[in-house]
Amino acid sequence: MTDSKYFTTNKKGEIFELKAELNNEKKEKRKEAVKKVIAAMTVGKDVSSLFPDVVNCMQTDNLELKKLVYLYLMNYAKSQPDMAIMAVNSFVKDCEDPNPLIRALAVRTMGCIRVDKITEYLCEPLRKCLKDEDPYVRKTAAVCVAKLHDINAQMVEDQGFLDSLRDLIADSNPMVVANAVAALSEISESHPNSNLLDLNPQNINKLLTALNECTEWGQIFILDCLSNYNPKDEREAQSICERVTPRLSHANSAVVLSAVKVLMKFLELLPKESDYYNTLLKKLSPPLVTLLSGEPEVQYVALRNINLIVQKRPEILKQEIKVFFVKYNDPIYVKLEKLDIMIRLASQANIAQVLAELKEYATEVDVDFVRKAVRAIGRCAIKVEQSAERCVSTLLDLIQTKVNYVVQEAIVVIRDIFRKYPNKYESIIATLCENLDSLDEPDARAAMIWIVGEYAERIDNADELLESFLEGFHDESTQVQLTLLTAIVKLFLKKPSETQEETHTYTHTNISPSFDSDNPDLRDRGYIYWRLLSTDPVTAKEVVLSEKPLISEETDLIEPTLLDELICHIGSLASVYHKPPNAFVEGSHGIHRKHLPIQHGSIDTGESPVSAGPAAPIEQAQSVIPSQGDLLGDLLNLDLGPPVNVPQQSSMQMGAVDLLGGGLDSLVTVCMFIFLYLLSLFPQIWLPAVKAKGLEISGTFSRRQGQMYMDMTFTNKALQHMTDFAIQFNKNSFGVIPTTPLPIHTPLMPSQSIEVSLPLNTIGPVMKMDPLNNLQVAVKNNIDVFYFSGLIPLNIFFVEDGKMERQVFLATWKDIPNENELQYQIKECHLNADTVSGKLQNDNIYTIAKRNVEGQDMLYQSLKLTNGIWILAELRIQPGNPNYTVKHPPNLNSPNSELRSHLLFLSEV
Amino acid sequence: MIGGLFIYNHKGEVLTSRVYRDDIGRNAVDAFRVNVIHARQQVRSPVTNIARTSFFHVKRSNIWLAVVTKQNVNAAMVFEFLYKMCDVMASYFGKISEENIKNNFVLIYELLDEILDFGYPQNSETGSLKTFITQQGIKGQHQTKEEQSQITSQVTGQIGWRREGIKYRRNELFLDVLESVNLLMSPQGQVLSAHVSGRVVMKSYLSGMPECKFGMNDKIIIDKAGKGGVTNEAGKSTSGKQSIAIDDCTFNQCVRLSKFDSERSISFIPPDGEYELMRYRTTKDIILPFRVIPLVREVGRTKLEVKVVIKSNFKPSLLAQKIEVRIPTPLNTSGVQVICMKGKAKYKASENAIVWKIKRMAGMKESQISAEIELLPTNDKKKWARPPISMNFEVPFAPSGLKVRYLKVFESKLNYSDHDVIKWVRYIGRSGIYETRC
Repeated sequence: MTDSKYFTTNKKGEIFELKAELNNEKKEKRKEAVKKVIAAMTVGKDVSSLFPDVVNCMQTDNLELKKLVYLYLMNYAKSQPDMAIMAVNSFVKDCEDPNPLIRALAVRTMGCIRVDKITEYLCEPLRKCLKDEDPYVRKTAAVCVAKLHDINAQMVEDQGFLDSLRDLIADSNPMVVANAVAALSEISESHPNSNLLDLNPQNINKLLTALNECTEWGQIFILDCLSNYNPKDEREAQSICERVTPRLSHANSAVVLSAVKVLMKFLELLPKESDYYNTLLKKLSPPLVTLLSGEPEVQYVALRNINLIVQKRPEILKQEIKVFFVKYNDPIYVKLEKLDIMIRLASQANIAQVLAELKEYATEVDVDFVRKAVRAIGRCAIKVEQSAERCVSTLLDLIQTKVNYVVQEAIVVIRDIFRKYPNKYESIIATLCENLDSLDEPDARAAMIWIVGEYAERIDNADELLESFLEGFHDESTQVQLTLLTAIVKLFLKKPSETQEETHTYTHTNISPSFDSDNPDLRDRGYIYWRLLSTDPVTAKEVVLSEKPLISEETDLIEPTLLDELICHIGSLASVYHKPPNAFVEGSHGIHRKHLPIQHGSIDTGESPVSAGPAAPIEQAQSVIPSQGDLLGDLLNLDLGPPVNVPQQSSMQMGAVDLLGGGLDSLVTVCMFIFLYLLSLFPQIWLPAVKAKGLEISGTFSRRQGQMYMDMTFTNKALQHMTDFAIQFNKNSFGVIPTTPLPIHTPLMPSQSIEVSLPLNTIGPVMKMDPLNNLQVAVKNNIDVFYFSGLIPLNIFFVEDGKMERQVFLATWKDIPNENELQYQIKECHLNADTVSGKLQNDNIYTIAKRNVEGQDMLYQSLKLTNGIWILAELRIQPGNPNYTVKHPPNLNSPNSELRSHLLFLSEV
Repeated sequence: MIGGLFIYNHKGEVLTSRVYRDDIGRNAVDAFRVNVIHARQQVRSPVTNIARTSFFHVKRSNIWLAVVTKQNVNAAMVFEFLYKMCDVMASYFGKISEENIKNNFVLIYELLDEILDFGYPQNSETGSLKTFITQQGIKGQHQTKEEQSQITSQVTGQIGWRREGIKYRRNELFLDVLESVNLLMSPQGQVLSAHVSGRVVMKSYLSGMPECKFGMNDKIIIDKAGKGGVTNEAGKSTSGKQSIAIDDCTFNQCVRLSKFDSERSISFIPPDGEYELMRYRTTKDIILPFRVIPLVREVGRTKLEVKVVIKSNFKPSLLAQKIEVRIPTPLNTSGVQVICMKGKAKYKASENAIVWKIKRMAGMKESQISAEIELLPTNDKKKWARPPISMNFEVPFAPSGLKVRYLKVFESKLNYSDHDVIKWVRYIGRSGIYETRC
C-alpha cells in the first residue's frame, strides 16, 4: 500500500467526499481521509475548509492519527486563527496525556502554531512540560521556549521561562542539556548584552560532562556554545581543550569542525612555548585532513575553513600539501578551493611537486580552474624566488599552447613577475608580443600594455604596438585606457623624438583622446601627464619612471580582524562565505561581532595575540602595495626623484633649514597639491579601525587665532574599552610637535567616540620629509602602539604676520632676475580681484599692492611660513577673462605652487 | 538554524517540503529552482546565497534535497543532517527516487517532524526512530506504559543506539575490514600521493547490552606494549613489521571517545545489526597492489600508440579480482585496435576510453595491453587533456596492513562469555581513486 494513491483522487466534489470520510465512524477510514487531506495540502490544494472536521479527529488515542491531524493544524492554523482556537482544548488535554510521546507532540506542535491566541494558552502546559518527569518531553519543551521567544519574546521573559531553561542546563539527561543550550544560545543572540547563558566554570563543567554523552547533534550545540566562552586563565583554557580534543575523532564532520573552532579560539590563550600548545597544534592536523575524505559537500565546507585556518596558523598544515592535490573526479568547487590552499601552503620545500601539479591542472577542461592554475603558477614564482625561473618557463610553455584564456591569464601573471623581479626575465617579451592579437580581455590587454610601456626601450616597435591599441581607445575599458595612457607617456619619455616640435605633436595626439573622456579619472590623468610633459620633461621622467614599490607575496589574504572574526565562526555559513554574519543575515546589525580571546597579561607587553598570526607588522604592510593599485594609490605613491639642486637666493632664506631647496618640482607638486589640498579640507580617516585593533582616528589640521591645531576624532570600534592614550610625532619638515599631551583622560568605551583638538607648534626637531608636508604619528593606547601618517595642508603654516612691507617687497621683487620668473595660468576662475584677495587673506596670504595696468588687475601677494621663509607672487587678473596669470620667483616654487593650487581650488569653488 | 527543507525532482517540482521557521517564505522554493536547478551552468557550489537566503543542497540520483535558512547556521551540520536524512529515508524505503518519495510522503512528514525540531536536528538513529515512528507500522499501537517510557528514555538517553532486551540464540558477530586504496602516480612511476581510507564494518547479533573491546595492530598501542616487554629492541623488531601507523581515525558514536583519547582503547556497546564502527586513514607503508606503467606515443597528428603494463604486487598465493583498467582516448578518436595478453579489452566510444577487464590475477604477475588509436584530424587548437589511466580491483587483504588482533565481548548479566561468541573477520581491499598519469 503506498501513499501515492492519495494524490490520485481528483474528481469534482472531492472536498465534500473528504468531509464525509473525516466524519466516518471507523478510525481506519478517518485516518485514510486525513492522509488524503494532507496529500491535497502537499500539492498545494486549499483544504482549509475542512478545518473543523479534521480537528474533530484530534480526539483520539491513536498516535498515528493524532500526528497526521497535528501536521494539518500546523499548516492551516495561521490562515484560520479563529478555528484554531477550537483545537486549543485538545492540545492542553494532550499535554497531560499519560503517553510521553503525545505530551511532547502536543507541546511541540503548539509551539509551531504562530497564532497569538494560541500562544496565550501555551504558557501553562509549557511550564509543566519543562518540569516533566520524562526527558523526551523536557527536551521538546526546551526547544519550544525558543519557538515561543521567536513569536513573543516579552512573554517568555515575563513568564520566567528563561530561568527554567537555565535550570535545564543542570538536567540529568544529556539531550535535555543540549537542547536547552541550543535554545539559550539562539535567544541570547537577540539579546546581545544580557548574560543569558551565564557561562561560569560550574556550567562549563556540566556542559563538558553532557558533551561525552549526548547525540552527535547535541555535541554540536554544546561545542558551538563552548566556543563563546572566555576562560579566565590558561589553566582553565587548557583543561577545556583537553576535554574537547577527543571530539576530533568523531565521525560527524560538524562535531569535528566545532571542536576545531573551540580549540582554535582557546589556543590564543595558551602560552606559545608550552608543550601542550605544540601538542595541540599537532593534534589539529589529522582530523582536518580526514575531513577531506568525506562527501564532496562536507569537503567543500572543510576546505573553506581550512583556508581560514591556514591563514591564521600556517604551521598546522604545512606538511600536508599533498592532500590538497586535486583529483580528476573532484567536483569543480572542491578543485578550486584545493588550489587556493595549495598556493597558500607552497614553500621552497614543496615547490617542485606543486609546480608539477599546477602544470597538469593547466591542461584541464574547466576554464575557471585552468585560469586559477595559471594564476597559481605566477603566485608561486612571486612567493618562492628559487622557483621563479621554472615558473616562467612553465608559463611560456603554456603560452605556446595558444589556448586563448591560458595565454591571457599567463600574461597577467607575467606582468606581476616582472614587477617582482625587474630586469631578469625580459628576454621573454618577444614571445609575449607575438600573442598581442589574441588578447581580448581587459586584464590581459592592460597587462600587455603595461609590459610594452615599462620596457619600451627594449621593444623596437613599441610605438607601433601601442598605436595599434590606440586606434580603439574609446572602446577600451577604463582600466585599459588608464594603462595605455601611462604606457604612452613612458614610451615618450624613454624614446624621445628628435625635435621639440615633433615631441609636442606626438604626445598631444596620443594623450588627447583622454581629454574628451567622460571618465574624470581618465581625463584628469591625461591633463596631469600633459601638463607635466609640456612643462618639464625632466621631472616628468623622474615621476613617471620612478622606482615602483614591491608587490606583496601573498594575495587574497583576508584582512586580520575579519580573519579573527571568521575563526570564531568556524563550521558556520560565515566561514563558508568568508564574510561576517551581518553581511548576509538580516536584522543582525545589533549582533555582537565575535572576537578571539585575548591572552591575559599580554596587554602590558604591547603585543596582543590577535596579531600574532602571519599578519605582517603594520608599517611593513603599508610599504607594500597590493598588485592592483587604484588610481589614487597610483598617484600618491609616485616616488619623487632625488632632489635637484638649484642655487638658492640667500637673501630670501631666513629660515635655518634648507627645506624648499627645489627638491620638489613645480608641476608635480601642483597636481599633487590640488589633490592633497582637497583632501585636507575634509576630515580624513588617518587610522582605519581594521589596522589598529578597533581604534579609528580621523581628523583635519587647522589654524585658528594664530595657533595650529590637529583636530581628531577617536572612535573605539573594538569590544573592549581603551585607556592610556598618548601621541608622538616623528621629526618632520616643519618641526611640528604637539604642545600638550593628548587630552583624553577618561577611558574610551566600545563604540564611543571622542573629539580632541591638539594644539601644535613648530619648535620640534626638523627633518626633511617626502612629500614635504608629510607627518608621521604614533598613537599608543592600552592595546598597542599604532602608526599612521597624514599630510599637513601647507596653508596652516602661513603665519599671521606674513604681510611684507611694501618697500621691502618692491626691493626683493626687483632682485629676482627676470629669467628666474615662472609664469603659470589658472584657468576658469570667475572671481574678481577683491574677492580673491579676501579669500587669500583668510589663509594669511596678504595683498601688498594692487594696480591696474591696461585693464588688468595686478595683485602682489606675500606670505610667510612658520619657519620664516617668505614667498612672493604676482597675480594678474583680466576682468572678463577667466584665466589668471601667476608670476613668481622659481626658486620658491614649491610653496608658490601651493598658492596656485589654492587659487585653483578657489576656481573650483 | 535550519529554516526549511525542500525535496525536488529533476524538473524542479517540489515533492515534499517542510518549513520550520517563519522567515522562510514560499518564494524560497522558486528561488532555488530558478537559480540552481534550472541554472544553465554547472553547479559551482553546494551552498548558494540568493537574496540573503542560503541554500544547501545535495543530490541523490535525480532528486535534489535542499535546506534553506536565513541564519548563520553550522554549515557542516546542515550537510551532515542531509546525509543522515538520506540514510534514514534509504533505510525506510530503499532508493531515494521520485516514486519512493511520493509513496512515502506521510512517513517523510512524520520523520521530518521528529528528526528536526524548530530546525534543530534531534534524533536521527534509524534504530530508535523505528520504535516510535508510526508510519509503516513498525510498532503496533498497543504499547504499554512501560514500553512508552522505555522508548523515550532510549531516544534521549546515553545509549540511544541500542534497545534493551535483545535476545539471540546464537551470539555471532562479523567484522569486515574494508579498505579503499588511493593512488596518484606520475608517468615516471613516482608516487604523488597515496593513502588508504578504511572502514571497519561490524554486524553484531549479540544478546543483552554487551560491552565490546576492539583491538588492532595500531603502532602506538603495540609500541606501548613493546616498551613494557623484555627489551626495547626486541619489541621493535617484532612490532616493526606488523604494526601500522594510523594517521587519523573517527568512530561511530557508540565508541567512548574519551577512553580512546586517554588509553587509545576502543570500547563500546554496539548497536544491533550492521553499522560502521570506525573509519581510518593511513599514508605510510601502503602496499600498492598494482603498478601501472603507461607509454603513450603520438605518431603524427592522426595516430596514437598506447602500451600499458600492469604488475601485481602481492603474495603469489592471493588472487585479485574484478580488475579493470580504463585508458582514456581523445575525443576525436575514429578507431582503435587493441591487443591484450590476458582478459578482454574493448574501446567504448561513449565513454571515450579503452576498457580492459581481467577476471582474476595472482600476485607477482604481469600483463600488457597495446593499442593503436586512429584520430580524426581536427583544427581544434586545444590540446587533449590526457586524463589519467584509472584502475579498479579487489584484493583479499588490507593494503594498509591493518590486522584485527581481537574483539572481546563482555556481558555480565547474561550467561554467555567471550568464547561463546562466533566471530568472523574478513579483509577486502578495493581501489579507490587509483590513477596513473600518462
